[in-house]
Amino acid sequence: MNFEFGEEQNLLRDQARGFLTDNCPPAVVRRVLEGEELYAADLWQKIVEMGWTAVVIPEEYGGLGLSYLELVVIAEELGRACAPVPFGSSVYLATEALLAAGNETQKGQWLPKLAAGEAIGSFAYAEGNGQTSAASLQTRFEGGKLSGHKAVVADAQISQLMIVAARSASGDGASLYLVPTDQEGVSFEPVKTLDPATNHANVSFSGASAELLGSEGAGWALLEQLLDGAAVLYAWEQLGGSDRCLEMAKDYAMGRYAFGRPIASYQAIKHKLANMYVKNTLARSNAYFGAWALNTGADELPLAAATARVGSTEAYYFSSKENIQTHGGMGYTWEFDCQFYYRRSKVLAVTIGSEGVWQEKLIQASAQADVA
Amino acid sequence: MDFEDSQEEATFRSEARAWLKANVPSEDELAGLDGMARAKFWQKRKADAGWACIRWPQEFGGRDANAIQQVILGQEEAKVAAPETGVFSIGQGMAAPTLMTWADEDAKKQFLPRLASGEDIWCQLFSEPAGGSDLAALRTKAEKDGDDWIINGQKIWTSGAHYSDWGILVVRTDPSVPKHKGLSYFYVDMKSPGIEIKPIRQISGEANFNEVYFTDVRIPDSQRLGDVGQGWQVSLTTLMNERASIGAGGGGTKFSTVKKLAESVQINGKPAIEDSHVRAQLASWYVQEAGLKYTSYRTLSALSRGAIPGPENSIGKLVGAVKSQDMASFAIDLLEQQGIVRDAGADEMFGSLFQDTYMSIPGLRIAGGTDEIMANIIAERVLGLPQEPRMDKGIPFSEVPTGN
Repeated sequence: MNFEFGEEQNLLRDQARGFLTDNCPPAVVRRVLEGEELYAADLWQKIVEMGWTAVVIPEEYGGLGLSYLELVVIAEELGRACAPVPFGSSVYLATEALLAAGNETQKGQWLPKLAAGEAIGSFAYAEGNGQTSAASLQTRFEGGKLSGHKAVVADAQISQLMIVAARSASGDGASLYLVPTDQEGVSFEPVKTLDPATNHANVSFSGASAELLGSEGAGWALLEQLLDGAAVLYAWEQLGGSDRCLEMAKDYAMGRYAFGRPIASYQAIKHKLANMYVKNTLARSNAYFGAWALNTGADELPLAAATARVGSTEAYYFSSKENIQTHGGMGYTWEFDCQFYYRRSKVLAVTIGSEGVWQEKLIQASAQADVA
Repeated sequence: MDFEDSQEEATFRSEARAWLKANVPSEDELAGLDGMARAKFWQKRKADAGWACIRWPQEFGGRDANAIQQVILGQEEAKVAAPETGVFSIGQGMAAPTLMTWADEDAKKQFLPRLASGEDIWCQLFSEPAGGSDLAALRTKAEKDGDDWIINGQKIWTSGAHYSDWGILVVRTDPSVPKHKGLSYFYVDMKSPGIEIKPIRQISGEANFNEVYFTDVRIPDSQRLGDVGQGWQVSLTTLMNERASIGAGGGGTKFSTVKKLAESVQINGKPAIEDSHVRAQLASWYVQEAGLKYTSYRTLSALSRGAIPGPENSIGKLVGAVKSQDMASFAIDLLEQQGIVRDAGADEMFGSLFQDTYMSIPGLRIAGGTDEIMANIIAERVLGLPQEPRMDKGIPFSEVPTGN
């Protein structure tokens, strides 16, 4: 048993952190948060040049052919930086969907573009308030055309390729479809969200051209499988943000004096930060197991993914709110950066299903895994 | 990153499993023995075959094994019905590492093999009525008399003092210097004249620990570990190992048992396990349980490449104890009125597991460092936050305010 990252991954982490310190300082997050840009296109271009969009794509499709252990390291660093880029949508979801279910033509057509940053991918399955299920899907595919609405889709508007879950006549009641966005039948309506440093839109399909991805009528099972993988990757991104919150809170508490001493010397603050550390540490350990399960394709993946996802979601929420609290009134001001993480923690918490959804998946998976 | 056994680990595992299977004592062999005698019987058998305290050097009764091998042995031993050997944990887990670091070769040869084989049981004489979380405020005093020291004072919360052969003891040898500088560390024969042991009854109804009174107890200077005045430093060796060795507690009160209970009782006419609140609650405990397990794996990976266990080990007890307490409380609620029954024979499936956990965990959240002290350790030694200002710094111990 060896439960640590190897030399290559540690080097990659140092490199990624240095890169993001230079290219994604808080000013970049703030620029997107406050401005009209949908995402930091300049940063995204540099990320593409670093090869981060190509990490797990096989070399034959223009990728680097590396493992998920490299990808989770990058995910964590992007989370720390609160990077305003479509990495999760394009890499954890759209690219993974093609890798898992694409036929040779589809892979040959899209993976090199995703790897080289010539295309951004997005992933649409939710259709409105509450949890979307195979049975509740309204979007339908008939005669080669897709019709319906998807709600609050991350990065839809900036994507060239969408993966869309739609109603199917057979099987589990759903199928996944590849939908190029540059066509008349696809339209976007931007939505305001908790985190203006991310971009989301409602999407309407009216007779949009689409092609089946994977087997007809097996879409929901495929979706669940994709979400398990994405849950591990998002868990690492969340963990990065959560750890950064602890650092920010610590730095502030060390420098802020009240009643003649640093507030970091008061047990009320120390215990708060110790709690953040404990939650982050447990979340990290679960994320390690998730990374291992994803990387080896272990049978434990559904349970490991749900465990990692719930742990990181809970830790990030806690750290981001208590980071503001530790900063006192300053933490609540627009001018401080605490808000970035409080916003992002909630956006990431619901992006592929809320904590409650993943707690339910965890219990279902634990029955399969026969937990001792 | 790899979760599977390496080739070497797999070989060790099968060797351990085979030995355990062939040697775990049968009920016939244990017939008529009480808990202590069963523990000693099993420990002796393990030691004779080289399966006790396996990380220790061979000359002291171990087999120079590594941290991962110790975990593998623990995992395999948990799968067989071996006698419970918790009575040795203070001696083997705290006294022994302290002896290994601070005692001379003769003392190590005299005591360590007997600790490994379970022939001697040790207790820890640290806490006092005036010094718990603030351990260095202890007042039991030692005065030099020729080659001996004369001890007077009182210790408290001493687990197993009544059946221990030896004790590790911290005392004040100089009240005129600041408190951490006036302490010295000894080991003492628990049968020495002048030692009086009084059991303390706990809220659980049991009496696992004691008050220990010292009246003119003589200890030879040769039983001192470290220099006179170096007692605090020696104590830290013991305390670091204490934090690593006190487990999360709760025993059988864990995700799998509470889930099993939820499958067997009803809410609103349906199995409780189908209730979404129950499921969410169980899921968050599973996340904690798995997080603790994988954290210990990460620690092990670090140990196996030679790192020293750090204060981050405080997490296990800090998270695990309160989790067990909450799970026991939740399980009792699931049982509704029946849940208050605490009678080992009353419930076929669970006995009095949840009720016993409910009553024992308050002690675990205090023993070996309270939750609050554990959080301070994480804040100060892991995160590097400053200590609170203190009133006892730099002044002679005899002038420190005591509230009396």
